[in-house]
Amino acid sequence: MIEIENLRKSFGALQVLKGINLTVANGEVVTIIGGSGSGKSTLLTCINGLEAIDGGSIKIDGVEVHAKATDINKLRQNVGIVFQQWNAFPHLTVLEDVMLAPRKVLGVAKHQAEEIATKHLVHVGLGDKIGVYPSRLSGGQQQRMAIARALAMQPKYMLFDEVTSALDPQLVGEVLDTLKMLATEGMTMICVTHEMAFAREVSNRVAFFHQGVVAEIGSPDQIFGSPQNPETQKFLSGVR
Amino acid sequence: MFETALTLNDLWFLAKGAGMTLAVTAVSVAAGTAMGVIFGVIRAQFGPFWSAPLTFVLDIFRSVPLLIQLVLANAFQAIAKFGWEPFTTSCVVLSLYTAAYCTEIVRGGIDAVPVTTRRAARSLGLTWAQDMRYIVAPLATRVSLPAWIGLTLGVMKDSALVLWLGLTELLKSSQILVTRLQEPLFILLICGAIYFLISFPIARLGGYLERRWSPND
Ligand SMILES: Nc1ncnc2c1ncn2[C@@H]1O[C@H](COP(=O)(O)OP(=O)(O)O)[C@@H](O)[C@H]1O
Ligand SMILES: [Mg+2]
Repeated sequence: MIEIENLRKSFGALQVLKGINLTVANGEVVTIIGGSGSGKSTLLTCINGLEAIDGGSIKIDGVEVHAKATDINKLRQNVGIVFQQWNAFPHLTVLEDVMLAPRKVLGVAKHQAEEIATKHLVHVGLGDKIGVYPSRLSGGQQQRMAIARALAMQPKYMLFDEVTSALDPQLVGEVLDTLKMLATEGMTMICVTHEMAFAREVSNRVAFFHQGVVAEIGSPDQIFGSPQNPETQKFLSGVR
Repeated sequence: MFETALTLNDLWFLAKGAGMTLAVTAVSVAAGTAMGVIFGVIRAQFGPFWSAPLTFVLDIFRSVPLLIQLVLANAFQAIAKFGWEPFTTSCVVLSLYTAAYCTEIVRGGIDAVPVTTRRAARSLGLTWAQDMRYIVAPLATRVSLPAWIGLTLGVMKDSALVLWLGLTELLKSSQILVTRLQEPLFILLICGAIYFLISFPIARLGGYLERRWSPND
């Protein structure tokens, strides 16, 4: 379970998160929608402990992410994150890239790491790209590789930050299909997305972010069917 | 058709000079690179403000002419009664000189690794050290290699200045032969050829590594 309580975060004078409350139960898929600059990416990087916070708390399975005593690298093993811009390691082949963290972080033996990595690469449809360097992959393939890389750590939670926003339109589908597959398999996920049809289809709940707070949260039917908050209405009429 | 008084013995003498050049260069580049990597990581990690004192000291080594550094260091070690051999003094000065340049090369290489790439590595649970070792080091090395090869070749040529401390390296050996045999052009030609022979493999090695790595990028 991910429990976010009254989370506050500023960059200098700019207050980006102004008291976020959000609880994600195991097996749940929560999508976050909202305008650019509303703090969606910042929230995900805070959950993974990549950004420090200024107030409130984030607990993952009861462990406070930003507590001094928390072993953040250990905690991150349970929380995979995939970013908008794919971040392949250019000097490693697809297989080496996906194997790296299981080997070095989990200490898995080489042949076993190979097995795990191959399994996840096949899972996301990259079974035939194992030996190539990322420069030979399309954006969609690189993004699926990034998903496989995160999955190879066998995380309990996955965070997706607009993973299709930087892709050419014809590549969006393959990545969204991968996400849908994970959702069907019961992965607990927080997805920031601009793909409303996707959000509607996979989410248990949809959260609308506005100016650093969760302005409205509810079932996809409620948020997309009968949004209560005027800001939500404005945002949704804008993207349709 | 070409008369020369140069004997096989003289050639051997030149070869020994080249050996000294190689020794000074090898020690200085090895030590200088090791220091440069450490300083470069410090500079990249702590930012310009906190590494300002380090940068300042290294700037001195980069801007004062090497010859002046050598002479001053030699005088200083004599006054301080270190009792250093000219070889030691030469290596210390050249190492610091190399380190000063290498620091900038390393810092540039580290800074060239995108923050987002490093973030992705850390997000997987890799520690700072693992990120440095498995992601930053290989990528930064690729970026830095051409400049580092250039630095090594430069240090090799600049190492000729240690003759002022009384070390008989390649250039000094040539000068001795020129004085004795009075055939300056021919001997300097040979001396230049030897410099080329030592430099060439290093330059080629750089080219080879660059080619080997480039198809992956
Ligand atoms: N590292 C940073 N330093 C300073 N400002 C930042 C940083 N990251 C994000 N911001 C600012 O925080 C605000 C929220 O950013 P972000 O979380 O990326 O929004 P979203 O993902 O919803 O578009 C933006 O105004 C952005 O400019
Ligand atoms: Mg964003």
